[in-house]
Amino acid sequence: MYSAVSALNGVSNVGFATVTEMGLCGMITLRGDLADAKLAKVITSATGADVPAQRRVTTSGDHAVAWMSPDELLIMLPHDAADAMVATLTEGLSGQHVLVVNVSDARGVFTLSGDGARDVAAKLAPVDFATDAFDINDIRRSRLAQVPAAFWMSAPDTITIVAFRSVAQYVFDVLSKAVAQGSEVGFH
Amino acid sequence: MLILNCPYCGVSADETELTAGGEAHLTLATVGDDDAAFEAYLFMRKNPRGVHFERWRHANGCGKWFHAARCTMTLEVFGTYSAQTSEPPQEIIDSIKARRPDWALSDWMGTGKGDAV
Amino acid sequence: MSMRLETGGRLINRGTKTRFTFNGTDMHGVEGDTLASALLANDQMLMGRSFKYHRPRGVVASGGEEPNALMGTGKGGAFEPNQRATTTALYNGMMVHSQNHWPSLDHDIGAVNDKLSKFLGAGFYYKTFINPRFAWKHLFEPVIRQSAGLGKAPVERDTDTYEHFYAFCDVLIVGGGIAGLMAALTAGKAGDKVILLEQTAHMGGRAAVDHVVDGAVIDGMEADDWINATVATLNDMPNVTIRTRTQGSGIYDHGYALGYEQCSDHAPEAKGPRHRLWRIRAGRIITATGAIERPIPFAQNDVPGVMLAGAVRDYLVNYGVVVGGRTVVVTNNDDAYRTAIALHNAGQKVPAIVDTRLNPQGDLPNQARALGLTVLAGSGLAGVDGGKRVSAVHVCDQSGTGDVTATIPCDCVAMSGGWSPVVHLWSHCGGKLTWDEDAVMFRPDATRAPTGADGLANVIAVGSANGHLTTADVLHDAAGALGGKAVAGDTVTEEPVDPCWMMPANAPYKLQSKAWLDFQNDVKVSDVRQAAQEGYESVEHTKRYTTLGMATDQGKLSNINGLATLAEKLGKSIPDVGTTTFRPPYTPISMGAIAGEAAGDVFQPLRRTPIHGWHVDNGADFEPVGYWRRPYTFLRAGETTEQAVHREVLNTRTNVGLLDASTLGKIIVKGPDAGKFMDMMYTNMMSTLKIGRCRYGLMCSENGFLSDDGVVARLDDDTWLCHTTSGGADRIHAHMEEWLQTEWWDWKVFTANLTEQYAQIAVVGPKARKVLETLGGMDVSAEALPFMAFAEGKIGEFDARAFRISFSGELSYEIAVPASQGRAFWDALLAAGAEHGMMPYGTEALHIMRAEKGFIMIGDETDGTIIPQDLGLHWAISKKKTDFIGKRAQERSFMANTDRWQLVGFETLDGSVIPDGALVLAAGKNANGQTNTQGRVTSTYHSPTLGRGIAMGLLHNGPDRMGEVVEFGDIDGGVIAARVVDVVQYDKDGEKQNV
Repeated sequence: MYSAVSALNGVSNVGFATVTEMGLCGMITLRGDLADAKLAKVITSATGADVPAQRRVTTSGDHAVAWMSPDELLIMLPHDAADAMVATLTEGLSGQHVLVVNVSDARGVFTLSGDGARDVAAKLAPVDFATDAFDINDIRRSRLAQVPAAFWMSAPDTITIVAFRSVAQYVFDVLSKAVAQGSEVGFH
Repeated sequence: MLILNCPYCGVSADETELTAGGEAHLTLATVGDDDAAFEAYLFMRKNPRGVHFERWRHANGCGKWFHAARCTMTLEVFGTYSAQTSEPPQEIIDSIKARRPDWALSDWMGTGKGDAV
Repeated sequence: MSMRLETGGRLINRGTKTRFTFNGTDMHGVEGDTLASALLANDQMLMGRSFKYHRPRGVVASGGEEPNALMGTGKGGAFEPNQRATTTALYNGMMVHSQNHWPSLDHDIGAVNDKLSKFLGAGFYYKTFINPRFAWKHLFEPVIRQSAGLGKAPVERDTDTYEHFYAFCDVLIVGGGIAGLMAALTAGKAGDKVILLEQTAHMGGRAAVDHVVDGAVIDGMEADDWINATVATLNDMPNVTIRTRTQGSGIYDHGYALGYEQCSDHAPEAKGPRHRLWRIRAGRIITATGAIERPIPFAQNDVPGVMLAGAVRDYLVNYGVVVGGRTVVVTNNDDAYRTAIALHNAGQKVPAIVDTRLNPQGDLPNQARALGLTVLAGSGLAGVDGGKRVSAVHVCDQSGTGDVTATIPCDCVAMSGGWSPVVHLWSHCGGKLTWDEDAVMFRPDATRAPTGADGLANVIAVGSANGHLTTADVLHDAAGALGGKAVAGDTVTEEPVDPCWMMPANAPYKLQSKAWLDFQNDVKVSDVRQAAQEGYESVEHTKRYTTLGMATDQGKLSNINGLATLAEKLGKSIPDVGTTTFRPPYTPISMGAIAGEAAGDVFQPLRRTPIHGWHVDNGADFEPVGYWRRPYTFLRAGETTEQAVHREVLNTRTNVGLLDASTLGKIIVKGPDAGKFMDMMYTNMMSTLKIGRCRYGLMCSENGFLSDDGVVARLDDDTWLCHTTSGGADRIHAHMEEWLQTEWWDWKVFTANLTEQYAQIAVVGPKARKVLETLGGMDVSAEALPFMAFAEGKIGEFDARAFRISFSGELSYEIAVPASQGRAFWDALLAAGAEHGMMPYGTEALHIMRAEKGFIMIGDETDGTIIPQDLGLHWAISKKKTDFIGKRAQERSFMANTDRWQLVGFETLDGSVIPDGALVLAAGKNANGQTNTQGRVTSTYHSPTLGRGIAMGLLHNGPDRMGEVVEFGDIDGGVIAARVVDVVQYDKDGEKQNV
C-alpha cells in the first residue's frame, strides 16, 4: 500500500515564530450563489458550519468554511473525508448551478504560530495584520512574497496559510527566512 | 503605488495585489461588425487627462474584475464598482461631480485617443 | 591637526575602544563614533578624491548630505562601496578603504586632471570624445572608466540577508528631531496609530546639539531633557512606534512610503537581516526632516578642512572631536556663531568670524563679541591656502573683487551659507515649493501639497523642513499641523540671513573657477555660468550639461547655490529658474533592501511537481518552463546531454517511456452554459464533444493569433476539462474568468483551475499498455479505452483518470492521479515498467518526438503573430460556429489571405541540423542592404529515429512548394540547402498511436 503525501510531509522550522507544513489537509472548492438559502442549508447540514460572511471563516469541529470570493467557498476538513463531502454536497445541490470539486492536493497548508506570527506575515504580504484589522477567523487573500496565498487567523497567535502545492517549498523557504532568530520586528 | 478598494472583498488592496486591465466599458465588436468598428474596439483607447474609467482585477485576492473611476493627473480615486455593468453607476458619477463639478460623463464618452478632458 | 579632545562628546562612550583599519593602517575609535568622527579623531583629514579632477577631499558635512567622504567598507561578501563616512557607524574590526584614486589616496595620478581643469569644464564629455569613432572602444571608454566612477562593485555574493516589512498607520512621521517628537506626541495623544522614523541612532536632531550653545529651553526643561522625557512618553504609548536607524527614504502615491532600516550595519556580527525595507501605508505623512546647511562658494572651498559650520559643531559636541586648533568661521547668518562659541568654550582658537553682513547685531554675534571673538563684518574669503588641508584664509571685502585685506593662518574653516529645508520627501510625490525671499530658502507650499487617494493633501511638512528655524516656531508648527498645542520653547533670537551666492560678490573668473558648487561631481561656479553663457536656460538642462547635482548625493549641498548662480547669470529670479526634480530615495539605499527576501533559492517562486524529488535524485538536467522546473533529460553516468536525449527518444519509440506531465494546465469548466462558453473559447466545436471523449483544441486571442492549445475532455453533461500548455494554465484560467466576469456575466459557467490537484504522468511507447496491465485495474485495451477517449477508475491501487492521447505519435496514456498519490504512482509505474525496458524521458525527448510527428508547440511555432491557418490547422477551426474568440480578427483581409508564411517541414540535403532561428533566404536585398528572407525555422532537431536533421518552419506559400529546395542562412555566412517536405516526418498515417 502506498502512502499519500503532502507537498512537504509536515516539515517545520522554529525561529522566533514557528512555521509548520500541515501535512495532508482536505479542501473543497465550492462555487455557487452564496446568498442562496438552499445552498446555505446544504452546506450547514454537511459541514456543521454556516456560510461565512465576507472575509470570514466559520468552523464546526474539524470542519471550516472560508469565504474566498462572492461566489466561492473553501471547505476545509480531514483529507480522507473530502471525496465523501464532494459527493454529499453534489447530491445535496443537484439541480443547482454550482461547482464542487476536491482541491485538497492542489494546496500546501502551513501554520505560522507564536507571538511573532503577525510580524512574520507582515514581512511577506501587503496586508494590515494588526489585531484591529485582522482578528480571529478573518481570512484575507493576498500574496505571500511572489505567490498568491490566503491568510486565516485560525487561533490566537496562529495564522493558517494556504498556497498552491507547486510553490510549497518556496513558501516554506520564505517563511523560514522570515522567522529567523534575530529578525524579530516587534511591531504588532 | 496605488491602493484601490476591491468592491468584492471590501479590502483596500495594494497595487501589487492587482492587475490593470485598461479602459472600461468597451462595447464588444465581433463577427458582423465592419472592419472600422472592429479596429476601434480592439485597438483604440481613450487616454484622457483627468477622469478615467478603468478595469482592474484583484488577481492576488478574490480574482474578480472590478471597475475604478480615477483621475489620471492626481491619481484621486472617485470610487470602485462592479465589473458587471456597461456604464458607471450614478453614485460614481455623483462622487466624481462632487470633486470635479465641471465634468460630465459625455466628456469621457467623447474622448478619443490622446484627447484631453 | 584634527583630534579628539580630552572631554566632551555626548554620543560616545570613551570607555569602549574600537579598532579599525583605514587603507590598511590601524586606527582607534570609541563606541558611538561614526566612521567620519573616528577618522577625524585619528587626524585623517584626507578621505577621498573628487570624481573628475581627483582633487584631495575631506569630510564636509556630518550627515546624509556628505558629498566627499565615501568609503568602501567590509570585505569579501560583506564588502560595500560608497558608504558615507558621516552616517556609517564604526564597529570593532571594521575595514575601510577610500575610493576614486590610483595608486593611493595621497599620490593620485588622476590629479593631473586638476591641472587640465580649464579644458574639462561644463559639457566636456559632450564636446569631446566624438571623433574618431574607433577611439571610443579602445581609448576613450577605457580611460574614462578607469578615471571616473566612485567605488568598485562587489565581486562576491552578498552574505547578508534583507527583508521587507509592510506596516500600516494613521500618521507616519519622518524625522526624530523636536518637530517630529512634538508631532508624534500630538498624534499619539489623539489616539492615532503613529510610526516615527529617525535615520540616525539618536533622537532629538539639531536641538540636542545646539542647546549646549544657545541654552534652548523646551517646556521648562533643557532641550535634551525634554527630548529624553518625550521619547520615554512616546515609548509608553502602545499606539506609537519609534524606529531609529530608519530613514524615511521615499514618499509615493496614495500615502505609500519607504523606510530604510539599517538593522545591523553598526553590529555586523549580530543575527538577523542587515537592512529592512519598511513599506508603509499611512493616512497622513509628516515630514519633519529638518534642514541642511549650504556651503559658501568661494575659491578653494573644497580644500580638506573647509567644512560646514554645523558639522564642525556636531563633531565637537557629539564626538568631542575638533577638526583643527584654529578655526575661521565664515558666514552670512547668525547660526554659524554657535560653532564659534562652542569651539571657544571648548578651549579652541577662533581667530576670526568672517560675516558677509555689514553689521550683525543678533544675540549670538554679540555673545561672540562678549567672549572676545573678532567679527569681521562685511567681509568674505578670497581664497584659502593649502593642498591636502587648509593652512590659511585670505579675507577680502565681500562686495569687492577679492583684493586680500588680511591673511589668517588656520587649519579649519567653518562655513555657513544659511539653511535649506529638506524638502525632498515633500517633493517626491508632487508637493510644490515656494521661494521665501526673506528667509532665502525654498519651503513647502502647503496650498500645493501631495494628495492621497481621496484627492486631499496627505503630506504635511513641519519644523525646519517647513522653513521654521527657531525652537519655538518649530514646536508650534509641528503641534499645529496636527491640530494640537505646542509646548513652550525658548531660545536666542536671530537676525536675517544675507544671501551669498559668490564670495566675494564680484569675484573674477579666476576665483569662480575654483569655487565649488557640487563637490562630488566637481562642478564650479564658472561651469554653471558657462552653461548659461552657452544658452542653457532651463535648470533641468543645465543640470545635465554641467552634471550639477547628478552625483549620488543628488546635490543636497549644491542645489540651491547652483540654481542661484544660474539665476544670477541669466538675470532671473531664483523662483523663476526653479528647482530640479527631487526623486526617491533620499539617500542611496542598498540593492539588498530593495530585493528583500527575493535572493538565492527564493529569488523566484520555483514550481515543483509532486515528482520533483525523484527527478532531483535521478540525474535530471532541469530547464525552466515558466516558473516550473522540468527535467530536460535524465543523465546517466558518462552520458552527454545529447546522448541521454537520444537514448530517451529511441527507448520510447521502441519500448516505453515515462514523462512527468504534471505541469500541464487542467481547468474545469462547468455549468448549463459551459458548452456555449467552450465554443467561444476554442476555435473548434467543443459543445458536440461526446462524454468520455477527448479533442485537441486551439485558443486564439481576440486579435486572431494562436494563444494556446491542448486536449479537452468532456467529463459529463455540463462539465469539460481543458488541458493547457505548461506555461499557460494561469493565463488561460484568467482569460476564461475575464470573459465570464466582464462580458458574459449572465452565462451560467463556473471554472476552477485544478492544475495542481493532479500529478499527470504519460506512459508512452509500444509497450505502454503492457505496463499498465502489469499494474492491473481498469481495462486499458483498445476496445475499452480507444484513442482519444478517457476512463476513470483504479490503475493498480491509484485513483486514476487515463486519457488515450498522444503527443509523441506512440501508443500513449496520460494518467492523472491526485497529487498526493503522484510520487507513489510514478514509483509503481517504474517498478511495473522495469521488465518492459521503461525509462523516464525529459522535455527535449518530448520535443523531438512531437517534431518528428509535425505537432506544433506553442512558443516555438507561434510567437504571438501566427494564426492557426498559418500552421495548417484549418481542420481545428469550426466553420459551423457563428463566432469564437479570434474569428472576427481572422476575417480581416490580411489574415484571410493565404499569401503568408506557412508551416512546412524541412529536410536538409546533407542530413545536418538547421541552426535555431535560421532564416530562409530570398533573392535580392532590402532597403538596409540585408538579404531578403522568405521564411524561418521554428523547430529544428537531430532526429535519432530518422538519423538525420528534421525541422519545421514557416515558408512563404510553403504548402504549395513541396519538394522545392530552399536555402537557410548559417551563422558563419554560409547556406544550408533543405528540401520542403510534409511537416509529419514520422508515421504519417498515425498507425502507431492508434493501436
